[in-house]
Amino acid sequence: MNLEKVVFGFFIVLAATLNFGFFIGDIDQPKHHHIYELFAAIVVNLVATVLKFGDRTQIGAVHLSTSLVADLQLVAAACVWGIAAHVTGEGMSPEVTISVVSLSGGALFANIVSVILLIAETVMLRR
Amino acid sequence: MNASVFFLALRRMRAPLIVLIVIYALSTLGLTLIPGIDAAGQPAPPMSFFHAFYFVSYTASTIGFGELPGAFSEAQRMWVTVVIFLSVIGWSYSIISLLALVQDRGFQQVLLTARFIRRIGQLGEPFYILCGCGETGLLIARALDHDGIRVVTIERSEARIQELELEDFAADILALCADAAQPQHLLMAGLKHRSCRGVLAITDDDAANLAVAIASRLINPRLMIVARVASPSIEANMMSFGTHYVVNHFEKFADYLAQAIHSPNWYRLVDLLTGLPGQKVSERHDPPAGDWVICGYGRFGQAVVRNLERQGMSLTVIDPDPNLSSSVHHIVGQGTEAEPLRRAGIETAVGIVAGSDHDTNNLSIAMTAKELNPDLFVVLRQNRMANQVLFDAYDADFTMVPSKIVARECLALITSPLLSRFFGLLRCWPDARAAALAGQLEALCGRRVPLVWGVKLNAAEAPAVHQWLMMEQKPMTLGRLRHDPAARAETLPLMPLLLLRDGRDHEQPADEMLLQPGDQLLFAGTRTAKLAQNLVLDNRNVLDYVLTGQDAQGWLWRLLSRSDPAGGVDMRGRRMR
Repeated sequence: MNLEKVVFGFFIVLAATLNFGFFIGDIDQPKHHHIYELFAAIVVNLVATVLKFGDRTQIGAVHLSTSLVADLQLVAAACVWGIAAHVTGEGMSPEVTISVVSLSGGALFANIVSVILLIAETVMLRR
Repeated sequence: MNASVFFLALRRMRAPLIVLIVIYALSTLGLTLIPGIDAAGQPAPPMSFFHAFYFVSYTASTIGFGELPGAFSEAQRMWVTVVIFLSVIGWSYSIISLLALVQDRGFQQVLLTARFIRRIGQLGEPFYILCGCGETGLLIARALDHDGIRVVTIERSEARIQELELEDFAADILALCADAAQPQHLLMAGLKHRSCRGVLAITDDDAANLAVAIASRLINPRLMIVARVASPSIEANMMSFGTHYVVNHFEKFADYLAQAIHSPNWYRLVDLLTGLPGQKVSERHDPPAGDWVICGYGRFGQAVVRNLERQGMSLTVIDPDPNLSSSVHHIVGQGTEAEPLRRAGIETAVGIVAGSDHDTNNLSIAMTAKELNPDLFVVLRQNRMANQVLFDAYDADFTMVPSKIVARECLALITSPLLSRFFGLLRCWPDARAAALAGQLEALCGRRVPLVWGVKLNAAEAPAVHQWLMMEQKPMTLGRLRHDPAARAETLPLMPLLLLRDGRDHEQPADEMLLQPGDQLLFAGTRTAKLAQNLVLDNRNVLDYVLTGQDAQGWLWRLLSRSDPAGGVDMRGRRMR
């Protein structure tokens, strides 16, 4: 068993699960989408991205790009939340919640691609 | 390749980046959980994520705006203390890792290689790949640089590369610190580059040279390949797959020695034409015919014996190995002692070859022998350039320095491929003809070694002459190429040695010979003469002056004088009327 693979798999799956946890629920209900879960998803996604650095294989490159997409989407969601809560003073209205959650939904899709790649990589490995 | 540097850096920065992300996340999270205090001293809700992230951002980068947006509670201050220490540790770790990465030899090597490859890609002018830049390589690199030819070198020893950087070259020499025997290094050095003209395999390792020659032959068959070898079997191997030139310095020197005994003026002429241009002509030492003693029967000794036997000399070999498989007269012993030398008949011999692979021994042999017979002609083999001082002090009649021989041969092959053809023809010349030509050359260049160069009368190398001969179909004699473009009555210090037309050689062509497009010419002369001749070959106006004695008119002037014959300003037009 390779400890590096364990850590790698752990972070990729954790990024996907946290993202899913934030995404699930009624899309316009702020109560269903806890801000701490978004925070955790961002942090774990960033760590997962860094873990993918420096892999020069084709599959490693796709891994890195999906992770960067997820980061971008999640940071965009956090920015929307920050602007609504602090700059415009609108707060978590249904419109804002919808846009935050849909952005995180995009990130979730990228994370699912990551997980599929991880599974594909594992299946291809014949040892 | 740049991408690989980037990936390498990223890979090495993984741990510090993750540490930083975790520290930022923990700090932000802590601040969003710890209750604050409002202006009235009442407990207030914790900071929001936005405020917490803002605070951590400026605190972690040690900017420190103070407690924003409001004064902190004691619990928050406690946590902020932890945050400050954590972030300082995180950033220090990252910066130290980055510095270590930059200092790392492997990383620097990758950077250097990337830069090398980029610069090779940008090379627009013709260049040669020099594999091995030791004593020989350095001599060649210097001479090629002097002639304005770019050199790319692959050298295994880093110390050599550093020496190379300290040299004063006109153009940068691109150097790669790698093993030339590996094909990928040759590819990096531009083996497939469109401007690459040839590969010189001159490392001191025959096997490596062989590998370079094969790789070059396979990957880019259009290149000229010159390889240095010492062993006859590898030489045969190289010739078998079409290496263009194989330089075996032992064989070459032995051949020269034999030729010098047979025909001293032939050797004098070859020595003149292959010397390093601009140097003083070396004093003449003609080796005598008669009995020769050869000390050391290694590769060099064998080559000397083979070549001298062909000239009918009677030879005696002194070698410590008692079981030599050789037909020659053999004395067992060291040439450094008087007794074996006497047994070999040193008192009656005319010459001695001190040809072991040990410089000190060779000098010792020469000195002992000279004491026994002061009239001896001494041929010394010098193995290392570093011992030059000793050999200068001894001043033998002939000194064989492998690196110089190889460098001379390689340079002659690169700068004037016609020269080796000329040498082939020269072998059939009578001694008197060679003597006459050598005398002319010495007089021409003021007892300095002349520069030898080839000219091809085509559109690329001699556009002006080619246009004159090809487009305008006008005649031009060879002698015109010897006129000074500054004053046409003067003759330049240069002379034609060979004219090659349709596969036929014309040795020492006469001035009256008419030139034809596509002719290949070999000239010898001074460097300034070459530059002046280049002007005639390249520049149509200069050529017109040399041929007609009149300064050429510009295009606009010609147009004006033709369209407006009565034009008052046109001096020439008036004169023509």
